[in-house]
Amino acid sequence: MNSNLLVVIAASAIFYGTPLFFAALGGVFTERSGVLNLGVEGMMLIGGVTAAWSSLHVGGSAWFTVLVALCIAMLAGSILASLHAFLCVTLRANQTVAGLSITIFAGAVGLSSYFANIWKAAQDPVTRQVRKLDVLGLADAPILGPLLFNHTILTYLSWVMCAVASWYLFRTKIGLQVRAVGESPQTADAMGISVVKYRYIHTMLGGALAGLGGAFYSLAIVPTWVDGMTKGAGWIAIALVIFGFWRPGLTLLGAYLFGALQSLGTVLKARSFDIPGDVLDALPFVMTIVVLVLVSTRFAHKRIGAPAALGVPYEREER
Amino acid sequence: MSKRLSKKWLPLAVTVALGVGLVACGDDDSSSSDDTTATADTTATADTTATADTTAAPVDSAAPAPSADWAANFTPWEGSKPVACGPEEGQPLKAAWVYVGPINDGGWTQTHDEGRQAVQTHFGDKVETTYKENVPEGEQVGQVIEDLIADGNTVIFGTSFGFQDAFVAAAEKHPDVCFEFATGFKSAPNLSQYYGAAEDTDYLAGMAAGAATKVGKIGYLASFGIPEVVRGINAFTLGARAVNPDATVKIAWVNSWFDPPVERKQAEALVTAGVDVLGMKGVDSPATGDAAKAAGIPWAGYNRDNSANYGDVWLTGTQYHWDVYEIPRLQQVLDGTWTAGNYHGTIADGFVDMSTYGDLVSEETRTKIEAKKAELAANTGGQFTGPIIDNSGKEQLAAGKQHTYGELMAMQYLVEGVDGEIPAG
Repeated sequence: MNSNLLVVIAASAIFYGTPLFFAALGGVFTERSGVLNLGVEGMMLIGGVTAAWSSLHVGGSAWFTVLVALCIAMLAGSILASLHAFLCVTLRANQTVAGLSITIFAGAVGLSSYFANIWKAAQDPVTRQVRKLDVLGLADAPILGPLLFNHTILTYLSWVMCAVASWYLFRTKIGLQVRAVGESPQTADAMGISVVKYRYIHTMLGGALAGLGGAFYSLAIVPTWVDGMTKGAGWIAIALVIFGFWRPGLTLLGAYLFGALQSLGTVLKARSFDIPGDVLDALPFVMTIVVLVLVSTRFAHKRIGAPAALGVPYEREER
Repeated sequence: MSKRLSKKWLPLAVTVALGVGLVACGDDDSSSSDDTTATADTTATADTTATADTTAAPVDSAAPAPSADWAANFTPWEGSKPVACGPEEGQPLKAAWVYVGPINDGGWTQTHDEGRQAVQTHFGDKVETTYKENVPEGEQVGQVIEDLIADGNTVIFGTSFGFQDAFVAAAEKHPDVCFEFATGFKSAPNLSQYYGAAEDTDYLAGMAAGAATKVGKIGYLASFGIPEVVRGINAFTLGARAVNPDATVKIAWVNSWFDPPVERKQAEALVTAGVDVLGMKGVDSPATGDAAKAAGIPWAGYNRDNSANYGDVWLTGTQYHWDVYEIPRLQQVLDGTWTAGNYHGTIADGFVDMSTYGDLVSEETRTKIEAKKAELAANTGGQFTGPIIDNSGKEQLAAGKQHTYGELMAMQYLVEGVDGEIPAG
């Protein structure tokens, strides 16, 4: 029953959707505070390469090594994000250009591959990897086993994070202030909220989550580093933020939809379905374009709740 | 007003400068700044320790004692003359390898680099070897070759099918440089082709897989639908069906030589579709083995002995010893007797071989494989003896006939038992 096509696709949607969700959730935090981050792809790759390096070089038990690797990936992502924040918040640079330059700087032909070379991060297979768990021994239970009880610790962590993020953004005072900074920094400033501080913190939080998403690629999907291995997942994550209407729960669903699209072609072909594989492989990116076109109208932006000050540098003297 | 304007533009300029400047910094070698990937330029002379930290897996440095001479498998091109690409008196011979993947891919490129290291060890300071890794199959190859020649390399080894046209063009442009190309088919007065009968060992690996499958379904990852790979698929399938007549081999095309995440994804998809053994051809990384490990099913690898890292799932696989050819060829360069031609190594001269058997291969199967191996060593390509029916039911080879070398090199059909089609284009 567990080799049923729908179960297989749903299970792989959750697996491949997990790194997308981490990166997209980071994007939700960042954009809710009014900063547009197009550097997600670069931050994911830096997270991936530092995680691979750590798991090769940090000693100790497997759990400890993996934990350290994940923390280092998050740290690396947030350091890169702090550069973005410095450019966008402190220097008030154009956020689109700053984000793009971060991705070019750190991306597939930049810093991440350079680190991989000098650290020999693509060495042998990483033995300390993030493996799928058999929770409560129910991994082989019909239908629910593969869907709920046979995932990596990171997938379970992502579910917890989704709930916590929703609560944080919509049920706490600080969350309200974050949203205020993203909607109307002038008002927030007048209320005594530090726009700069909130934007820095949430941009760095976003970078940390992007780094975690990148670590998923080099520790869970394949236990090794490959140059440019996220292959555009960062861009999908940016679209997912919009697709999820800047809400964690919807973003999680969107991530699983894109995760399903990513594995659909492979799964169908393995079962001898006569389908044009290239078209299916392109689906996530086609969807990304469609989503971005649909929501890029001013009308849509207002209706679906885009932070009003998203992408606009805040200058106090311009009030 | 102008002050405000400059204030707005300053950060923008800083951003752009940062991006551009730091990207440029990422490339530490100006000669390779045209490469789009981070191409490392590492020169390993005899006194460096480049070999020390490259791998933790066992390096099969001791090539099997060849029972036949490599030269028996080498045919010079018609009318080819010796090319003087040797070094000047007292200088080391500079030879360079161009790789499509990283030198530690755990497969194809890594075995090539082990060949290079064996060359370096063999010749000591008489030869200076260099390599370029992660070179994409495209425009950049020509530039990489030019850089290597500008650095004084006079023998260039190319190791990926997609480099071929660039190598042919470079050979025409540099008649005094010797070019050695693996897995291609084009010729030039100073361009040799070298490869080997992996289809013989692929057949033997197929026998191990056929014996291992319980449900009679084997999943097989293949890179591209070119003759080299198609031969491997067919040989593997014939081998599997020789020990398990009902076995079928389900193909998943990766459309890349090296893409571990996709390899893993496809291998897993095959597993969920019901195969209980995995095999592969033309796929450079051991990601298929990772999928096999996760699913707990046997795996027949390729390129490289991965029995150490994948002991619990490992069957066996084709393994190359590139140095069997490279060492005598460079000796010829030093002697001034190098001529261009075609080399097709065999089990007999030790160019292709089987990797260590895993515990999952029974004694009975090993005996069968070894017997067939002796047979193929004496008659390379003997597994392609008719009648051979393709998977659309058409007879491709009449009973009693054996495919010629030319037919093998141009193979474009899949044998009965292969579940899949050669992709168009």
